[in-house]
Amino acid sequence: MRYLTARKRAVGKGAAGTGTQHHWYMQVSAVALAFLVPAFIYIVGSAIGGTQEEVLATFARPFPAILTGLTLFVGVMHFNKGAQMMIEDYARGSMRKALIMFVIGLSYATIATGVFALAKIAL
Amino acid sequence: MADVNRGNRPLSPHLSIYRPQMTSMSSILTRITGNALIISVILIVWWLLAAATSPAYFATANGVMTSWFGDIVLVLSTLGIWYHFLAGLRHLYFDAGHGLDIDTAEKLGWGMMIGSVVLTVLTVIVV
Repeated sequence: MRYLTARKRAVGKGAAGTGTQHHWYMQVSAVALAFLVPAFIYIVGSAIGGTQEEVLATFARPFPAILTGLTLFVGVMHFNKGAQMMIEDYARGSMRKALIMFVIGLSYATIATGVFALAKIAL
Repeated sequence: MADVNRGNRPLSPHLSIYRPQMTSMSSILTRITGNALIISVILIVWWLLAAATSPAYFATANGVMTSWFGDIVLVLSTLGIWYHFLAGLRHLYFDAGHGLDIDTAEKLGWGMMIGSVVLTVLTVIVV
């Protein structure tokens, strides 16, 4: 006979062992990105194709630099968790773990590189 | 029972038994665009890093970004991000418990497809 109820065993679990946290993060970051992305497209889209002086001048200003850094961080973390969801749907076992680790590493490396570039330009 | 078939559940997708529908196609396109956009992000980060590093490195990155290949990638990225943007808004609307009947969901799907093309054309004109 089992002494733990089904509910007790379910609390805090879910696909990633963290209950609804993953879903809630996706909702929060989605709302944030709904505001950030149009501005990001305008700023970065306008900067692409310019000379190096123009690009450096754009991202030396506070608003474009902060907005680009923020969108990069929230956007890539949103990708990180979304890609994890995809991997959990299509792969299992060690392959699943390896792919999730790879995506987490790729995400942090992308963010770190972008923040380094922005900091170097802005400061 | 909560314990039935633990750890050995079937994986997605079970697409072979369905004919393509607006609901399933608009859903899988959301996943495809969202995950493909990491390539666009890495490209932009590389371009930013080049601008921060040296004129020679920037010339290389800028050359790629402004080439016909770069143009195609950037326009496809714009289409992808606008599609994913609208799909995300629909997802939030679904999550709040609205628009889940087939008729509304299919209309919203068409709205996402047409809307993303319109927004992409506008972006190319304005930006």
